[in-house]
Amino acid sequence: MRNVLKGLAVATAVVVPTLAVAETVAISCGTVGQEFEQCKLGAEAWAKKSGHQVKLVSGPTDASEQLTMFQQQLSAGASDIDVYRVDVVWPGLLGAHFIDLKPYVSEDVLKQHFPAIVENNTVGGKLVAMPWFTDAGLLYYRKDLLEKHKQKPPTTWQELAEVAKTVQDAERKAGNDKMQGFVFQAKAAETLTCNALEWIDSFRGGTIISDDGKVTINNPKAVEALKTAASWIGTISPQGVLNYEEEGARGVFQSGNAVFMRNWPYAWALANAPDSPVKGKVAVMALPKGGTDGKSTGTLGGWQLAVSKYSKNPAVAADLVKYLTSAEEQKRRAIVASFNPTIASLYKDEEVLKVNPFYTSLLETFTNAVARPSKVTGAKYSRVSAEFRNAVHAVLSKTGKPEDKLKALQKKLESLGRGGKW
Amino acid sequence: MSVPSGMPATTTPTATPAPPPASVSQLSRQRVRSAWLFLLPTLVVLGMVAGWPLLRTFWFAFTNANLSNPEPPQFIGLENFATVWDDPDWWQSVRNTFFFTGISVTLETVLGMMIALTLNTRFRGRGVLRAAVLVPWAIPTVVSARMWGWMFHDVYGVINAMFLHLGFIDAPIAWTADPRLSMAAVIAVDVWKTTPFMTLLLLAALQMLPDELYEAAKLDGAGPIRVFFKVTLPLIRGPMLVAIIFRVLDAMRVFDLFYVLTTNSSESMSMAVYARQQMFEFQELGLGAAAASMLFAVIAMFTVVYLVLGRSAVEEAA
Repeated sequence: MRNVLKGLAVATAVVVPTLAVAETVAISCGTVGQEFEQCKLGAEAWAKKSGHQVKLVSGPTDASEQLTMFQQQLSAGASDIDVYRVDVVWPGLLGAHFIDLKPYVSEDVLKQHFPAIVENNTVGGKLVAMPWFTDAGLLYYRKDLLEKHKQKPPTTWQELAEVAKTVQDAERKAGNDKMQGFVFQAKAAETLTCNALEWIDSFRGGTIISDDGKVTINNPKAVEALKTAASWIGTISPQGVLNYEEEGARGVFQSGNAVFMRNWPYAWALANAPDSPVKGKVAVMALPKGGTDGKSTGTLGGWQLAVSKYSKNPAVAADLVKYLTSAEEQKRRAIVASFNPTIASLYKDEEVLKVNPFYTSLLETFTNAVARPSKVTGAKYSRVSAEFRNAVHAVLSKTGKPEDKLKALQKKLESLGRGGKW
Repeated sequence: MSVPSGMPATTTPTATPAPPPASVSQLSRQRVRSAWLFLLPTLVVLGMVAGWPLLRTFWFAFTNANLSNPEPPQFIGLENFATVWDDPDWWQSVRNTFFFTGISVTLETVLGMMIALTLNTRFRGRGVLRAAVLVPWAIPTVVSARMWGWMFHDVYGVINAMFLHLGFIDAPIAWTADPRLSMAAVIAVDVWKTTPFMTLLLLAALQMLPDELYEAAKLDGAGPIRVFFKVTLPLIRGPMLVAIIFRVLDAMRVFDLFYVLTTNSSESMSMAVYARQQMFEFQELGLGAAAASMLFAVIAMFTVVYLVLGRSAVEEAA
């Protein structure tokens, strides 16, 4: 009898292998805005479908802090986290710790995603991460306030400063003394690198380091861009932006205390949530140009999913990644929380556009988006970013002149980059 | 301290006993052995959790260890130390740390002394007050830093609201954004948090002082300020020095307050934050280890100064 049972068990295991073991995989979810909630919903849907279990790991909101945490985990070969949420600038840095996802994802599926992101995530011929959602800096504004004070949406930063000042002053005079003109992210963290790169690129001041590895940051256009940004602090922006990250800026804007905000697309769904004080009063557009001969741009951001080499269940983890990055899940996330899909066809999807009308104009922003110089600087990127944002932060807090700071930065980056051979 | 100058002559023999007979030596040897045996677990644990990481850090400081490089690190001599030495950001962090330490420890000592003197007098509810004073000390630093971070917020922080209401300022101030202001904010939080520690140590010292001394001083007609400077202060000098050196060593390696409250720009870093950034954010384990070793050296230097000062203080008293 016992033998028969054993035989039956073996037979079942062979015939229905998926029923054999329910594995548990751990995924690290982001914590900015609704990210954690949506990550959880997606992961749980997969668990239900696959019969496996999923464990969620949350981390710091600041990307560079999260990188620190991941790096300690990965360099210790820890198997605590199976699926990592990877910033667009990390594949070169962490790629060695991730498995190649090519065997798990079909060529057809891969082709649906933006090729630039797939290329970004391919390190040494290995697909180390799957695109999950993409990002670019956008300008949010209060269309009700602009209408009320008869102002037009700005096309250049100079116009933005004027409009912001006009509306802010008028609102303050009317008793709304907490009103701010423009909030953005200027804490000396990765997010300031993104903001500042947008200003400089919009003035056509380059990308800090060119694609061939030359340091280009010390140029008159970049100086002009930083001068412009520094002039906002204390006039249209509160001194406090110097310590704001995404959520700090969103807190001020969403509570109705700012005319303009620079942020990522995720803020759209939250600003229009039922309990949001600014629901229905917000519009989104591309970031302003740096002068009439500048260009509209946005720093390319976005997150990928990667499977750790040290995972005990790489195949199951890869299945979770496949599910979360699928068109179906990306569409759900776009509709409920405005996470930008990495699949081009979803930008023409009626249901998606109904909730996110600004997606049509976003496609243009994505094609114009500026990438941080992470690919050319490789493992040194976080150092480059830190030097850059520290210099910018000093200019914004007016402890240094842009000319001097950028000159010093140029020298520092040149010695860091050993003459372009990063 | 209170040993009369005539005493050493009689105490010397016990300090260096004459060669004892063989049987006693065996017994004392046995005692020494069991003493070591009892100490062994402690030493092993200490070696594992303190000694090993410290030695490893020292070793990494001389190598090109890098978090993103899986190959074993190579010895590169003093290169890391030279790099840190040449980095203006490091010196900025040194200046920040010293400034922070100097100001906050001074304020804590003065305030702690005032509170300790108050708590040392007899009044109703003294026990409750003594416990209440300890509350800030009991809250984990990260928690209190975060809490104060919100209180310092420029748009909806309670501190700005209070100051605006009282008319001290006419526009909200971004306390944690500007490197100059954030230093003041960090010092304020540290003083709030660690004054109780100072108070506690000073209070303990004050309570050891015999009442007779004060009665005698009173009889001699000395006023309270004179009594404080001529009687109290000289008598608690030793414990006060211990308290100050504890705080200085603690303040030198400050990390969480700076990390949570400031913007973390290179202008508002402490030495520990600098070391962390090199180590983990830039993956330069070797460089970070060198910075950490230099921080260790600075702290060790203070300890040596303290030991020398402490000895001379004892000798002076004797």
